[in-house]
Amino acid sequence: MNPDELNRIAQAEQAALSRHEHAINVCVGIACHSGGSEQIRKALEAEVKSAGLQGKCLVRGVGCPGLCAEGPLVSVEPLHRSPPQELLYRKVTPADAPALVRSVVREEPLEQLRIDANQPFFTRQLKIVLENCGHMDPERIEDYIARGGYQALIKVLTEMTPQEVIDALSRSGLRGRGGAGFPTGLKWATVAKATPGRYPTYVPPDIQSQKFVICNGDEGDPGAFMDRSVMEGDPHRVLEGMAIAGYAVGARQGFIYVRAEYALAVKRLRTAIRQAQRIGLLGKNIAGTSFTFDVDIRLGAGAFVCGEETALIASIEGGRGLPRPRPPYPAESGLWGCPTLINNVETLANVPPIITKGADWFASIGTEKSKGTKVFALTGQVKRSGLIEVPMGITLREIVFEIGGGVPEGRQFKAVQTGGPSGGCIPADYLDMPVDYESLAKVGSIMGSGGLIVMDDTTDMVEVARFFMDFCMEESCGKCIPCRAGTAQMHHILTKIQQGKATARDLRLLEELSNVVKHTSLCGLGQSAPNPVISTLRYFRHEYERKLVPELERV
Amino acid sequence: MARTLTINGQMVSARDEDTILRAAQDAGIHIPVLCHLDGLSDVGACRFCLVEVAGSNRLLPACTTRIQEGMVVQTDTEQLRNYRRHLIELLFAERNHVCAVCVANGNCEMQSLAIQLGMTHSRYDYMFPSLGVDLSHERFGLDHNRCIMCTRCVRACDEIEGAHTLDVFGRGAKARIVTDLGMPWGESPTCTSCGKCVMACPTGALFKQGSTVAEMTRDRSKLNFLKTAREERKWIV
Amino acid sequence: MSKKLRLATVWLGGCSGCHMSFLDLDEWLFDLAAAVEVVYSPIADVKTFPNNVDVTLIEGAVANEEHVELVRTIRRNSRMVVSFGDCAVSGNVTAMRNPLDANSAEVVLDRAYKDAALLRPQVPHDNGIVPPLVARVMPVHALIPVDLFIPGCPPPAPRIRAVLQALIEGQTPEMIGAAMLKFG
Repeated sequence: MNPDELNRIAQAEQAALSRHEHAINVCVGIACHSGGSEQIRKALEAEVKSAGLQGKCLVRGVGCPGLCAEGPLVSVEPLHRSPPQELLYRKVTPADAPALVRSVVREEPLEQLRIDANQPFFTRQLKIVLENCGHMDPERIEDYIARGGYQALIKVLTEMTPQEVIDALSRSGLRGRGGAGFPTGLKWATVAKATPGRYPTYVPPDIQSQKFVICNGDEGDPGAFMDRSVMEGDPHRVLEGMAIAGYAVGARQGFIYVRAEYALAVKRLRTAIRQAQRIGLLGKNIAGTSFTFDVDIRLGAGAFVCGEETALIASIEGGRGLPRPRPPYPAESGLWGCPTLINNVETLANVPPIITKGADWFASIGTEKSKGTKVFALTGQVKRSGLIEVPMGITLREIVFEIGGGVPEGRQFKAVQTGGPSGGCIPADYLDMPVDYESLAKVGSIMGSGGLIVMDDTTDMVEVARFFMDFCMEESCGKCIPCRAGTAQMHHILTKIQQGKATARDLRLLEELSNVVKHTSLCGLGQSAPNPVISTLRYFRHEYERKLVPELERV
Repeated sequence: MARTLTINGQMVSARDEDTILRAAQDAGIHIPVLCHLDGLSDVGACRFCLVEVAGSNRLLPACTTRIQEGMVVQTDTEQLRNYRRHLIELLFAERNHVCAVCVANGNCEMQSLAIQLGMTHSRYDYMFPSLGVDLSHERFGLDHNRCIMCTRCVRACDEIEGAHTLDVFGRGAKARIVTDLGMPWGESPTCTSCGKCVMACPTGALFKQGSTVAEMTRDRSKLNFLKTAREERKWIV
Repeated sequence: MSKKLRLATVWLGGCSGCHMSFLDLDEWLFDLAAAVEVVYSPIADVKTFPNNVDVTLIEGAVANEEHVELVRTIRRNSRMVVSFGDCAVSGNVTAMRNPLDANSAEVVLDRAYKDAALLRPQVPHDNGIVPPLVARVMPVHALIPVDLFIPGCPPPAPRIRAVLQALIEGQTPEMIGAAMLKFG
């Protein structure tokens, strides 16, 4: 594979596409998939065939366009009109296929299913990571290449040194999208500088001398499906990001760690790896250079703690998914004691556009310290829920009220929870705060991996805290005392409060314990587990106090 | 190569590869530990040895953190004492630790630690989990009520004896020590009945059958003796 | 001479071993008698818990409904409440029934009155004679705030003496080191 070959594939694919007049895109992301989109796709294909429209009308499965609450979604994309006037249809069933195909032929919108593609849900978004989702078939590498895919990898291999790649990443200001927001360029530079073999383990010498790239796809927050959508909707972009990372840090093997529950993502990633290997975009001597890089998939068994990097590495090694104290960080001693770069799916998916469009372009989006966009899974008491991608620095109000359409009629907005079980609840007072790493941390929450749960005035905040504590307690690996016994005690006290059996003494103990668990736990799971309690105590303390009983009335 | 660091205001000299715990011990500075045992690898799980290191915004476990030139360490601040008190109280409330009827009463590291940390009572509600006792082995017993999941037995079995009969099953508060794949200890085909796990146990969770209250004593230094003998060919008693 | 300290000692769900250890103070008991007035105790014939108690030592865990009522009265009527011995401090042996069923005493009653009975197995339940057991045995501080804890099963006599001596002298006893703190 060389640049010319890549261009030839792209041109052939674009030419094949342009022979069609319309593309009917059926969302095959997991939400629409479970809504029966595969049957819709078959029905549409049959309808197109019986109408004799093959060659004019292309029916294809595409990644998630985002508005999952309205799925299954189908869009009709005219291929020869500019600007393309895309029509979007909601809650489509196989029975709608004839009407839909008829409307395509007549070039008249099918009004009863149509949703406004110009509503704020779509127009207020800025898609970088998700730019291909909804517009290409995730199971065809040619589709990806036709949309400019793998150009970044070829450019990196033929025009840039590893150091230049790292410099570009640093200049772009990209920060880890897994939640903590560590500067990606700095992480890459650390791995690139690290010497293999400094932390010997019982593995063969040829492994000890290597470096590794790991893509963390162990998305585990309740209600989060950001990484899932990327892996399902645009798997090649993740592979491309990994290969670029491998080149930059000097690794020749990558691992994608995905939860086994993400069967569709696993299937598409497997297909993608096979396709990339077949045309020489993964494997030996990529693009005729000396660079060799391959990717393997490792399945996680659904333990939340395996999203923590050291636990994830232990799991890939075949051990129990237990975290270990850092330092040494994986950048120095990771997989089998080798220097290991471990990045989140979304972080890696940001890499190819940074290379092709330039670091300065990326740095021009977002705020001073938080660059680019962030994908959120917008859920909860909100009219339009789904997957969104917004520029950093957008306000919470814009996300909740403009994109999400606000809380359902007759209810009042109360709080928004970001960062999942590791995050916090942000009250209405801070709705106009920009969404970036620092601002969220300042109000006691975190960016997290991108869960965004909207709550209305019927929400019991103590119950919210208890729900997340229940999650953390169940997911604690049990290795360190504060997380294992501490989260169980926190959950116990919260339950007592809910049962009307707690006194002011219990609340004080809960606060002290939050502090202990936060500061003494071994890994991020325990360190952040008290956040929902701390933040609800900070903003909704009266809800706790209202439920306390006097000391001598304790049951 | 020798390095110099400061622990509790005292200048301490240590070897390059030393951990903070080792450097402190060599200098006669006491740091409380529970999951650490000389001769076994360190896992940093019990969190009692957390220390404050200048320049780090997190507390670091002394048992796994390597020293650095010029490091400034505090091992016994008000904050650390407070955290350690909470940790020991959490531990006592977690399972059914009844010193009065325990084989290890008077020879228990957890009991000693409670005294050392000034624990008069646990502020936490006791959880009273329903846990079993495995008495299927002809010589030893495993009482889950008294287990604190320090995994010293697991490491002794794996690293010193090389049998890896013991491991951990389940997660969170439901984590348990298991023999092989969860079969009764007495039926384990891999257990060599060497008793190193019993030697390593800090509490009364692992004991010799037949011992009654306060009778269970152990010589934990034997593990370190074996390790030094094997790895350094030195027979230091 | 200053007013004598009004001392109460209470026996809840425990084996009375702590009181036995208390009596192990032997001749020092004479000094104690000179310094305190024992206003309520299993070894004094007083039926109701009095008012204005300075120090109450509670032996035993809260195991039945009478205990629940009593500790609340104790808290209202005492300046200082002391958990006296491991059962009061942690539940200890008395609480060893909890793991059988942490939400009900039934399993214990069945074991004692039905499973082990040879003739007419039944749980006695005439109201007002024996106070019903609480579902879960609790240490005293789970129910009321406690000011001082004396661990030990039983606390050795010198430990009890050190605490009482300090209290008589109007000081807070220093609960530090194995001599003062060891459980079991």
